[in-house]
Amino acid sequence: MSLSGHPSPPMFRSGPTPLARLLVLVAVCLVMLVADLRFRYLEVVRQGLSVVTHPLQVVAAAPVSFLRNAAVYFATLVEVQLENAELRGSQLEAAQRLLRFEQLERENAELRRLLSMAQSLAVDSVAAQILYDAPDPFARKVILDRGARHGISAGLAVVDARGMIGQITRVYPVQSEVTLLTDKDQAVPVQLERNGLRGVLVGSGGGRLDLRFILEGADIRPGDRLVTSGLDGLFLPGLPVAHVVDAQPATGELFMNVVGEPIARVERALQVLVLGRAEAPPPRPDPRTALREERPAATATDRSEP
Amino acid sequence: MQPTHRSNRILQPAKTWFIHLSLLIALGLAYIPTGRLPGVPDWVAVVLAFWCVREPARVGMGTAFVFGILVDIGLGAAMGQHALAYVVLAYLATSLSRRVLWFPPGKQALHVLPLLLIAQTLMVVVRLIAGAEFPGWWYFVSSLTGTLLWMPLTVLLLLPQYQPVERDANRPI
Repeated sequence: MSLSGHPSPPMFRSGPTPLARLLVLVAVCLVMLVADLRFRYLEVVRQGLSVVTHPLQVVAAAPVSFLRNAAVYFATLVEVQLENAELRGSQLEAAQRLLRFEQLERENAELRRLLSMAQSLAVDSVAAQILYDAPDPFARKVILDRGARHGISAGLAVVDARGMIGQITRVYPVQSEVTLLTDKDQAVPVQLERNGLRGVLVGSGGGRLDLRFILEGADIRPGDRLVTSGLDGLFLPGLPVAHVVDAQPATGELFMNVVGEPIARVERALQVLVLGRAEAPPPRPDPRTALREERPAATATDRSEP
Repeated sequence: MQPTHRSNRILQPAKTWFIHLSLLIALGLAYIPTGRLPGVPDWVAVVLAFWCVREPARVGMGTAFVFGILVDIGLGAAMGQHALAYVVLAYLATSLSRRVLWFPPGKQALHVLPLLLIAQTLMVVVRLIAGAEFPGWWYFVSSLTGTLLWMPLTVLLLLPQYQPVERDANRPI
């Protein structure tokens, strides 16, 4: 066998040279990278092979969870008392709001029945705990302790007590991966709570969010609250997502520069809730079934000409 | 095999099962969820570089590829990201092996540092092209800690090869 950098004489040579092997393997790696990052073709392979690596991962995570439990065990009395007082306060506040909420919900159901509207959907939710940050340093993701066996599927929204923190992007049997709002690849369709203005919120690095596709001159100002619009058919409408921090017109561009800050403790939350829709949203209408009369007259006549 | 090419001591040959066991242990260490703690060494890269330098005929790019894929899956990184870095690392380490072993372990580590940095830079370049966020300069500290591990690893991983050929029941070690 010839070693790289030390080619053996031709009469002993067997198999491809090290450089050739390097180029073949690098090419394979590049193909895999494109297939995974661009087209997401390799999820099946990843899931299959993760069965092999899972036992080793469980063993590797054991010391970390031991340290975590030990830290909880040795928490001081003062800390616990402080936390307890805080929880009592928030419990009181929540109970009060819950009372009003129950009454409003009954009222809402009554009114909907009177108007013979569809009942609003019940929501499935799974409580979960954030185990640790995903080790990939290039993305902002966390790992939850609930997975496919607990009914979690990719695409669900993840919220903490204050608002949305991210979305489930990958599901393992007993764990799942959440892409946080602040990740550069994470987009959430949102609307302004005050006037219903719609936009798309994308992570911009450094813990900030970027609200895109807000036209120049739109009515938006710092302090406005952004909630999910539910137009994607995945998230429930009305989950608090972010506050507008800064809204400046961009010179010479169609859309404004709007910077937001997440409402939830996106990078620090520990206990979260995974929210799912109980039913799939109705399918999109097929464009072929659209009525011809609804098209503008000019295009309709253009099409009818042979 | 000698500890270094300058040494007169002849070691026992490395056992294949021991090489694979050490790589598996490194894989387990890489799987420990340390979050965003900077300076955690890339265990698999260091152990892989070590065996590529010591046993270039037995550990090479094929092993590097397999372990790279396993690291990618375990860490949730892009498939092929670590595999690409480790394959290039293995190629460079095997081509340097005849040179590196003439040096004492401290200077060997200095040869390994650029290899680890090249592997990390490759990963950063690949992910930045794919549109990821730059992880910050702290990311590269793990190459330095990996280099510092070279000397203890040399002692640890060569330990089974220091055994005498003939077992003597009266000898303490």
